[in-house]
Amino acid sequence: MAKLSRRGVLQGAGVLAATAFASPIRAAAPEPQAITPQLVDAARREGKVVWYTSVDLPLAEKIAKSFEAKFPGIATRVERTGAERVFQRIGQEYASRIYAVDVVNSSDAAHFIGWKRDGLLAPYVPEDIAQFYPSEHKDPDGMFASFRVWLSVIAYNTNLVKTEDAPKSFADLLDAKWVGKIVKGHPGYSGTIMTATYQMARDLGWDYFEKLAKQRVMQVQSSADPPKKLALGERAVMADGNEYNIFQMKDQGQPVEVVYPAEGAPLIVGPNGLFKNAPNPNAARLFQSYCFSVEAQQFIIDVGGLRSMHPGTNEKPGRKPFRDIKTMKDDPAGVEKTAEDVKARYAQIFRV
Amino acid sequence: MSAPDVVSARTQAFRLDLSWPVLIAAALILCGLIVAPLAWLTYFSLVDRAGAFTLDNFRQLVTSPAFVEPLITTIILSVSSSAGCCAVGTPLAWFVARTDMPLRGTVRALMTASFVTPPFLGAIAWELLAAPNSGLLNQAYRALTGAEADQHLFNIYTLPGLIFVTSCYTTPYVFVLIANALDRIPGDLEDASAILGGRKWVTAQRVTIPLALPALLAGALVAFLQAMTLFGAPAILALPAGFHTMTTKIWSLFQYPPKPELAAAASLPLLILTVLLLRGQHLVLGRRGYTVVGGRQGDARIVRLGGWKWAALAFALVVLLNPVFLPYGALLNAAFSRVPSQLVSFANLTLHNFEFVFYEISATRLAFRNTLILCTLAATIGTLIALIISYLTSRQAIAFHRALGFLATAPVAVPGIVLGVGLFLTYTRPPFILYGTLWILLIAFVTIAMPSAYQQLQSAFRSVSPDLEEASRILGATRLSTIGRITAPLLRTSVIATWCFIFVGVIRELSAAIMLFTSETKVISVLIFDLNESGDLGAIAVLGLIMLVITFAVVTAVNRIPGFGSVRLRNN
Repeated sequence: MAKLSRRGVLQGAGVLAATAFASPIRAAAPEPQAITPQLVDAARREGKVVWYTSVDLPLAEKIAKSFEAKFPGIATRVERTGAERVFQRIGQEYASRIYAVDVVNSSDAAHFIGWKRDGLLAPYVPEDIAQFYPSEHKDPDGMFASFRVWLSVIAYNTNLVKTEDAPKSFADLLDAKWVGKIVKGHPGYSGTIMTATYQMARDLGWDYFEKLAKQRVMQVQSSADPPKKLALGERAVMADGNEYNIFQMKDQGQPVEVVYPAEGAPLIVGPNGLFKNAPNPNAARLFQSYCFSVEAQQFIIDVGGLRSMHPGTNEKPGRKPFRDIKTMKDDPAGVEKTAEDVKARYAQIFRV
Repeated sequence: MSAPDVVSARTQAFRLDLSWPVLIAAALILCGLIVAPLAWLTYFSLVDRAGAFTLDNFRQLVTSPAFVEPLITTIILSVSSSAGCCAVGTPLAWFVARTDMPLRGTVRALMTASFVTPPFLGAIAWELLAAPNSGLLNQAYRALTGAEADQHLFNIYTLPGLIFVTSCYTTPYVFVLIANALDRIPGDLEDASAILGGRKWVTAQRVTIPLALPALLAGALVAFLQAMTLFGAPAILALPAGFHTMTTKIWSLFQYPPKPELAAAASLPLLILTVLLLRGQHLVLGRRGYTVVGGRQGDARIVRLGGWKWAALAFALVVLLNPVFLPYGALLNAAFSRVPSQLVSFANLTLHNFEFVFYEISATRLAFRNTLILCTLAATIGTLIALIISYLTSRQAIAFHRALGFLATAPVAVPGIVLGVGLFLTYTRPPFILYGTLWILLIAFVTIAMPSAYQQLQSAFRSVSPDLEEASRILGATRLSTIGRITAPLLRTSVIATWCFIFVGVIRELSAAIMLFTSETKVISVLIFDLNESGDLGAIAVLGLIMLVITFAVVTAVNRIPGFGSVRLRNN
């Protein structure tokens, strides 16, 4: 397997990300904002912030609690569901003029293209983003930036599968020995699986999924669920799902192991952005600034098993460094254009 | 009494009679609850996305296997569940209501417990028990027989698995309906048969069974419709197995980009099927009258089973294993275990799930508050409306009472999820913008509860002889005060049962809620469903158990409200 430099991977991702992050209306990004006592005071007066996210709930609540601990007096409400549901829910609420969401995080970066185009997002650039974040991981107009990065991977239960028998690639999963033993997430629910399905269909072809569907796959919804089904021992192998859940489980001593598929692991980017009609605009800004601080970014690495684009962070020892992993290219603009077709095709193949 | 006296009494009664405004208001409310969303649904089923008239939605429905297969699956599911429920629920109801089986009260209470369990929670519990690899029962099977790691005794992720779980949580409907009917059959009718020389079996054939038949038919019908419109259990069990029922299919049509027009069309076969079934029930029962609660009443007679009573008890306990003992065992285990698929031991005992639910999930308190508010309001308002409507229809008090009865029963044919969409379409535009408030959920819950509340109260009304009311009215009382003084007290057990039915029904409700909630109006069922989609089984177990405790506390408290007497969920 060719070793790719971190820079190389980021550039690869960046070329495509740039198409997503670009916008026909080129306004200059607003001035970077530091966390000032005035901002903290204003946020405290609002007293709460509502974060719609698709981060696995236990981790999302931990992030919220770490924010509350750092800035007491601002109750943080996590509204967690799969990214595709988050997208639908915000659309539904906004169509009825219900403005409940302050900050949004989605595992389907394509959603931000739509929200930005519809003029729903508010520009806001925390200092850390301006100073440290690579340009391909922040919107040139300051509407959003990559809060978290991770991979959709293959993994297995080490009690049920010996290391030498474990699949090494997506192609291996088509072996007859995995019939009835695979679990996977659903692109109609999960932004991670949506993004991964797009990349895999592009690189491996739809007939890969047609063959996979013949393996009597257990179909779950969230990309956080396949790892949990592995840990239960319900299925031996997962065909897709969150790398970060597997890391967390390994830290807890559960019998799971990650496999980076030879074809490349789908690369998932989860940006954070503020809504223009946020009911708590100051708390939203404070939360956004906190999310991109070295402290919060290191927290999502250490506790959450996520990857960070903040150069001030350190990878956790024992995990394969990001730069050493072969990934597929992310392409939010491509996802945005074909999402409907991907979901329809998937439903046709897997029958649900 | 001379003629002029009668006339003056009549005039006086007329002047004080506020019944007509009340009756008209009830009819209007019902139209708002049911006609408006159904009208929007019909409209949507007949237009394309641009709003032009089309029959294309129906063409797709009939020709695409993506719709035909779920429809067939749904019919298989509903017929099998209904048959299973009646086969199990009927003997159990008879044992409990009319025999000397030991522990009758306990069995009755436990059947109520299984009714209180939301089917989606039961489905999750059965995942813990009978998932092919991690299920506790399959683990036990492998441990006992030394079978290979891949072998399993049960696989809950199959159509039979879904039918089984659905039946577990629908049987209580059948059981309660039949047990209450058997309770209400006065012993003197059976005594009369016995005195006239009828043996036990003849009495059963000629008296007991015909009197209980309407309840059995109603039970079968309710079970069928419950299974047909169920959303949570299929979403949890069928999707992992790779098949759809109509409800999950309709739900999937609301994934982004939503296709409400197809969903509206897809709900019409269910509506038509229900109308046919209701007609069928009417034809079978015909014009026979079943007024058994008159001015005098004898107690129900108890059949002595002798040694067979132990067999009956064994049957009851085996039945109760499935909806109550095993699932709650599995949930208790999951609540305290680090890994839900492992039995609790000193090594993996944890309180983490409780900590997570109460101190980490930021929506827990909000969801509990919303749920309790909605349950209480829906139960109170729903009971009142159902009471009025069933009075109107059973006493044929106004013209068009048949239409009213049909309206009150119609929501049963509309899957909650489709009703949710209908309400969403109705109440996101002027004049009533209710989306984002608890009101829209309240409307949904009252509407969904209406058919069973109405059925229950109507059959109660039918069994109360109008003689008593007529006596009251002849003596000069208005219709309303007659209802208040005569009818309501006679019906109080049914009223309390209906209130509890709705309360519990709202806790069980997921399918409309999932369409209508917003982040501020989240309810427990939605919270649990969300947790299931990301596989947080330990947290679900904790929430489910707490929900059960609250439900029991409320149901017990309501049954002890002074003035209502110390009646239970039964007529005794």
